[in-house]
Amino acid sequence: MRVRLRFSKLGKVRFTSHRDVARIWERGLRRASLPVVYTQGFSPRPKLSFGLALPTGAESLGEYLDVELDVELDFASGEAAAPAARGGAAPHGPALDLEALPARLDPALPVGFHVQGAAEVPPGTASLQQAVVRCTWRVTVPGVSVAHLTELVDAALGADSLVVGRTRKGHEVHDDVRPAIRSLEVVGPTPAGLSRAGATLVAELDTQPRSVRPSELLVALGGDLREERVLRTHQWMQLDGALREPIGLPHDATRAPYAQARAS
Amino acid sequence: MVSVWPQLEPLLPRVQKPARYIGCEDGARTPAHGRGKVSWLLTYPDTYEIGLPNQGLQILYELLNERPDAVAERAYAPWVDLEPLLRAGGLPLFSVDSHRPAGGFDILAFNVSAELVYTNVLNCIDLAGVPVRAAERRPEHPLVGAGGHCTYNPEPLADFVDFFVVGDGEEVVGEITEVVGAWKAGGRASRDDVLRELSHVVGVYVPAMYDVAYHDDGRIAAVTPRFADVPAVVQKRTIADLAEWPYPKTQLVPLTEVVHDRLNVEVFRGCTRGCRFCQAGMITRPVRERPAEQVRHMVREGLRRTGYDEVALTSLSTADFSGIESVVAETVDDPTNCGQVSVSLPSLRVDAFTVGIAAQVGKARRSGLTFAPEAGTWRMRQVINKLITEDDLYGAVGAAYSQGWRRMKLYFLTGLPTETDEDTLGIATLARRCADIGRAQVKGASVTASVGGFVPKPFTPFQWFGQNTLVELQRKMYLLRDELRRDRGVQFRWHDPRATLVEGLASRGDRRLGPVIEEVWRRGGVFQEWSEHFRLDLWTEAMAKHGLSIDWYVYRHRDEDEVLPWDHLSAGLHKDFLWQDWRDALAEVGLPDCRWTPCYDCGACTGYGLEHVVASARPPAGGSQGTGQDLQRGGEVPVALMPRRTAGRR
Repeated sequence: MRVRLRFSKLGKVRFTSHRDVARIWERGLRRASLPVVYTQGFSPRPKLSFGLALPTGAESLGEYLDVELDVELDFASGEAAAPAARGGAAPHGPALDLEALPARLDPALPVGFHVQGAAEVPPGTASLQQAVVRCTWRVTVPGVSVAHLTELVDAALGADSLVVGRTRKGHEVHDDVRPAIRSLEVVGPTPAGLSRAGATLVAELDTQPRSVRPSELLVALGGDLREERVLRTHQWMQLDGALREPIGLPHDATRAPYAQARAS
Repeated sequence: MVSVWPQLEPLLPRVQKPARYIGCEDGARTPAHGRGKVSWLLTYPDTYEIGLPNQGLQILYELLNERPDAVAERAYAPWVDLEPLLRAGGLPLFSVDSHRPAGGFDILAFNVSAELVYTNVLNCIDLAGVPVRAAERRPEHPLVGAGGHCTYNPEPLADFVDFFVVGDGEEVVGEITEVVGAWKAGGRASRDDVLRELSHVVGVYVPAMYDVAYHDDGRIAAVTPRFADVPAVVQKRTIADLAEWPYPKTQLVPLTEVVHDRLNVEVFRGCTRGCRFCQAGMITRPVRERPAEQVRHMVREGLRRTGYDEVALTSLSTADFSGIESVVAETVDDPTNCGQVSVSLPSLRVDAFTVGIAAQVGKARRSGLTFAPEAGTWRMRQVINKLITEDDLYGAVGAAYSQGWRRMKLYFLTGLPTETDEDTLGIATLARRCADIGRAQVKGASVTASVGGFVPKPFTPFQWFGQNTLVELQRKMYLLRDELRRDRGVQFRWHDPRATLVEGLASRGDRRLGPVIEEVWRRGGVFQEWSEHFRLDLWTEAMAKHGLSIDWYVYRHRDEDEVLPWDHLSAGLHKDFLWQDWRDALAEVGLPDCRWTPCYDCGACTGYGLEHVVASARPPAGGSQGTGQDLQRGGEVPVALMPRRTAGRR
């Protein structure tokens, strides 16, 4: 059974890398005694697959991973479930109660990680890497006024192409990032409490054929800008022509934990 | 004390591995500082990923935080990309728990496990905003302490460290806390007062309380206490029973990758195999096993709490643990682990590694396997008292390959006393034979032969031996490299002989090296154990500048009557026992393990009223158990197989 989990990553833990997060999840799933399926072979690993890597240092309100669970095992009791319980209508015990998964996983994860939802993924569903086409980012840019940043944004949106140089596999390449910018808006000054005053930008950036990072967006805007806080608020999949999140949340649910983490 | 986090946070996006500095580990304590508490900053003078797993530091972290009169946090040396940013921003060394400035703690306590970190100790003290020289500190500055294996020769750091702890730290940190707490309560008047008081604590060495006199030829004439109430000889501390110390209870689980990233459970402390090159085996005697039931509990609870899928059973020679086979089997077969937990045995003697252990260990993931034959010929292994036969090695290697391993690592030393080129080349022969055994069973099997230059250490029978010169060690490494060049089955790796030279300098140096260490640090020589930052030129130039001779400190053979820089400290071992063992080494005479034979009176037990704590009075099955004899059936007590020493204590 493949289960998709949505989680947030806020506060000090934003400095962990994508690889670190993978290890944190491997340990967390074992701590929560979830029956994760392992790969076969010489060096078995738990079957986990993550979505698009979040840059080290960025926070997120919408991270995902898919995990393969063995429905016939209930680790909480330390034994395989009785055969009669398999596939029947009877609940499989706590390990398979998707509603209860967030509450079960949160204590097993470091402070700063919070599981927001879980859903079963039918076999044959596209992987997160393939399915996600766009991300929404909220970026604070210090040392710039709202008016000036708005000018830069307007200029960028009016341009036919925005070429930035970036390093890929050790080679310097030049890419046009303009087609990947779906929307770009200065939403106001930076919140109080950050080290320097500045402006806050919300951007929707395509992830395919190649994703554009917020840092690359700022280079494209010109003006020698540097991001201070980067928050991924949403990841979007294309489904029947409409955009929707892999796991949606009730309205405003994304705001509360963010404010909470900021305060800590 | 306020947190430096608000100033630190904006710097972190500019460094390579920011997760090194965030703390947040599972198992980390929320420090509650207070007026009546003595605050310790337990500092590992190397990077976070090297220092975090250190078990000694974690044990003291828990013990101190359990005390009502103490609070402990941790710090690690900032990497070379963060340090300039800290200095430019006027930020000090900080704790990772609550990001407090290091200078606000009562005690800066360093774990010193390797000689090459000495300059990092100075750098951390300086980054804390504390004068690096102990003599220049004022009462408001933290006390600077150090413990760990290197402090058995504390003299090179004597100028910079206020007090050293020699031996096991579990009990002594409480006594130190009490002394420092009373000093604080009394108004923190004079540093001399508290240091004088600390020198009365058994296991604590305060270098400022001793004068050193020298002969004209540079040798030490005497080290004498400056006051009658200061002990002439500082005795090491030893906890009698590991069962009373089931620590760490909540091992720290880091958020980012570290070395030894797994659950670690110490199964015993001390080792009496008697390998003559091994300082750890000499200074940690006697053997104190943890009861098998407690090991099982710590493994089970630790895995459940941490979520690790690997547990290491640590000690100086884990296959010697009385309950080894059953503990390994029960962990691997525990149904709650669902076959996904692997056990690693980091220090394996080949003469105790059986097919049974190999099969158990190999059931889950097979991590790397490392054996340490240490020397290439039987003659050489008799000299160093690592009495394993070639058949032991081939049997162990064969057992591992038969259970599915494809690669293994063999550790060797070169530059040992009496070593000839035949002995050195024996390393290549052994490694090649092991690779052949592997390829007969597994396609693509290979062996990595890792060779390090030998550094004589204090409190070992080889403490009198003149280390091989840099040129000689390089010649031996090239000899092996050329010999193994065309061998596809053996990969040859070696430890840089230049680093070995500096280790030798610090290992047996005296107080006169202080200015050299300070000079190397001032010229930017930090992280010297990292090959990309190691600078031999800084060391040789500093030695020359201060009129000191590398030949004299490193390459010179010492005589029996020479006062060694660490003679005013005691690891319990009688000096004449060590001298006799040194003569035996030169005579190629081995000495069996005293766990299972009559006592040689080395002094470690008798001097402190201690005894071995072992569950089984019989050696485990398999191999020759250091006797050169076939003991496959196990349980036989190998008495008097080697020519016995007749001399007792003289």
